[in-house]
Amino acid sequence: MSTTLLLVQILNGLQLGILLFLVAGGLTLVFGVMDVINLAHGVQYMLGAYLMVTATAATGSFWLGLPLALAAALVLGLVLERLVIRPLYGRDHLEQVLATFGIILFVNEAVKMIWGAAPLSIPMPDALSGSIRLMDGLNYPVYRLALLAAGLGVAAGLYVLVTRTRSGMLLRAGASNAPMVSALGVDITALFAKVFAFGAMLAAFAGAMAGPILSVEPGMGDGLLILAFVVIVIGGIGSIRGAFIAALLVGLIDTLGRSFLTDLLKLVMPASDATQAGPALASMTVYLLMAGVLFFRPRGLFPAPA
Amino acid sequence: MVSGRTVCRAGIAAALAMLLSAGTALADPVKVGLVSTLSGPSAVLGQHMRDGFLLAVKEMGGKLGGQETEVIVVDDELKPDVAVQKVKGLLDRDKVDFVAGVVFSNVMGAVVKPVTGNETFLVSGNAGPSTIAGAGCSPFFFSASYQNDQNHEVLGQYAQSKGFKKVVLMAPNYQAGKDALAGFKRYYKGEVVDEMYTQLGQLDFSAELAKVAAAKPDAFFTFMPGGMGVNLVKQYRQAGLADTIPFLSAFTVDETTLPATGEAALGFYSGAPWAPDLDVPANKAFVAAFEKEYGYIPALYAAQGYDAARLIDSAIKATGGKLSDKAAVRAALKKADFASVRGNFKFNTNQFPIQDFYLVKVGKRADGKVETMVSEKVFSNYGDAYAAKCEMK
Repeated sequence: MSTTLLLVQILNGLQLGILLFLVAGGLTLVFGVMDVINLAHGVQYMLGAYLMVTATAATGSFWLGLPLALAAALVLGLVLERLVIRPLYGRDHLEQVLATFGIILFVNEAVKMIWGAAPLSIPMPDALSGSIRLMDGLNYPVYRLALLAAGLGVAAGLYVLVTRTRSGMLLRAGASNAPMVSALGVDITALFAKVFAFGAMLAAFAGAMAGPILSVEPGMGDGLLILAFVVIVIGGIGSIRGAFIAALLVGLIDTLGRSFLTDLLKLVMPASDATQAGPALASMTVYLLMAGVLFFRPRGLFPAPA
Repeated sequence: MVSGRTVCRAGIAAALAMLLSAGTALADPVKVGLVSTLSGPSAVLGQHMRDGFLLAVKEMGGKLGGQETEVIVVDDELKPDVAVQKVKGLLDRDKVDFVAGVVFSNVMGAVVKPVTGNETFLVSGNAGPSTIAGAGCSPFFFSASYQNDQNHEVLGQYAQSKGFKKVVLMAPNYQAGKDALAGFKRYYKGEVVDEMYTQLGQLDFSAELAKVAAAKPDAFFTFMPGGMGVNLVKQYRQAGLADTIPFLSAFTVDETTLPATGEAALGFYSGAPWAPDLDVPANKAFVAAFEKEYGYIPALYAAQGYDAARLIDSAIKATGGKLSDKAAVRAALKKADFASVRGNFKFNTNQFPIQDFYLVKVGKRADGKVETMVSEKVFSNYGDAYAAKCEMK
């Protein structure tokens, strides 16, 4: 295995990590601040992609479509919060799981009725449709690098928002003691609604950005949701910083496992056994990591202050 | 509130009574249960099959074999247990004369015994697992499609005849994926430099594609159905591999995924017993009628659904509608006396088709839409490898 291939795979891993972070960031905010388990976060990712399909088709431009899709996702987030999530504050987590699972079923079917069951695609913006040659025979789309940059930008923006602004201060206060924040005269209901809608928009941003390289189809967020939960558990629930580090870690380990585990196993066992065991083990690496982290640090790598 | 509910209930009762009386007023219609996957990520495949089947019935004036026909469409949800439940409903409650359809082999594996055990004819519109083609064959099972291995064998044979020295193979890590690669290797005798198994449902293949680029094979073969295939095709094109390494596939680029991949799939290969441009008169008429009716290009599933309906039609016609004589119905089905959209079509001893298989290539039609087009015939009058294990004659 060559060094170039290793570097390319590391880049691939980082990119998966960034995408995971965009989804997990909103999830950890909602869970950490509002204490709501939102299983519907995956369908918000999917909705982002579908809204982007419609918005780019209507405007004929990626750059005009993106803000439109995000605005629509924000509004949908507010509506969802008002209709379904708000009555669930302070209720049992199991009830939240049931209600938000219901949203998954509902939205997946609704999407199929509106946009059809066949996979759709979002055209790549012209400015980013080129590619650069990273290694012999392999081009790397510029768009993927742009996705990486956008994700890093969002991470930096979130960091500033949470640590340097008044809204961020309220967020952190809400996460550690919501009744106290409310007692100090902050409209906690409005704060929660904003956090939820913002989380929905982050997920939609991930979906909209992933659209041009992945297919847009019903249920596309379901698999990602599980990985996003793994990320926030590893990172420490409620911690943006933890989600960022954990997302990159999960992205890297998953990608490197998929690329090299079978080859590594071939060094110690017959090739036919390695092709059987490698992929099975590779799909487990992320969960093994989670189990390991939970064993040594039950509250995650960066637990939010209690 | 209470009165409103009572009114509503009375309304439903009246409607039910009307439905019941309407039902009894008609002479016993032929009943066909159409089992298809109509929800979940793979619903588009089932939609093609259902639309193809219903188009055939509609073209014949809502009749099969000249008899009034009721088609009861059920959604198997791609869950074997759900499928068994619904099929039992079709058999016990609706007392259907035929069960048709079934997209996925795991669903077929679950429903084949309940249906054939009930001595009801099961006409597959797609799934063709090796068990039913071989030792588990049944006089009540007919396939209007193909045996699962065959489409992969087409690509293996093509790669062998082209003299490709080394190939990289990739499939999802589950039974059908392993069967696909085994089917390819049955005819391909060159070197397999790498055999990659991906997670089922994987969406990003950048890590795998980097390995393909590093291995520099003469060709790449994959089985990557549904949304996974859409992603793979787009990413293969974006990685620049499409220009250097031929993309051979089965169930990956077809009319269910081409609307999403569009021109990214141009020049990609697949293997199939049919393509929309196959030069057969019955096919020309079918494709034109299908596009007019539904507004999209039919895929193989639609063609097979269409053929399944017309096969049933031919059997009812030949027996003069006497469906209680099972031996006569079976003999009539075995004749395959209908104009298949695939042209060459007859039944083997295991009641799977003997037909031609083609290498198909994604191309652009005159109207700018992309579809799979016949590139060359790979197998003529080709039966499957399992027929010898079937004890029926």
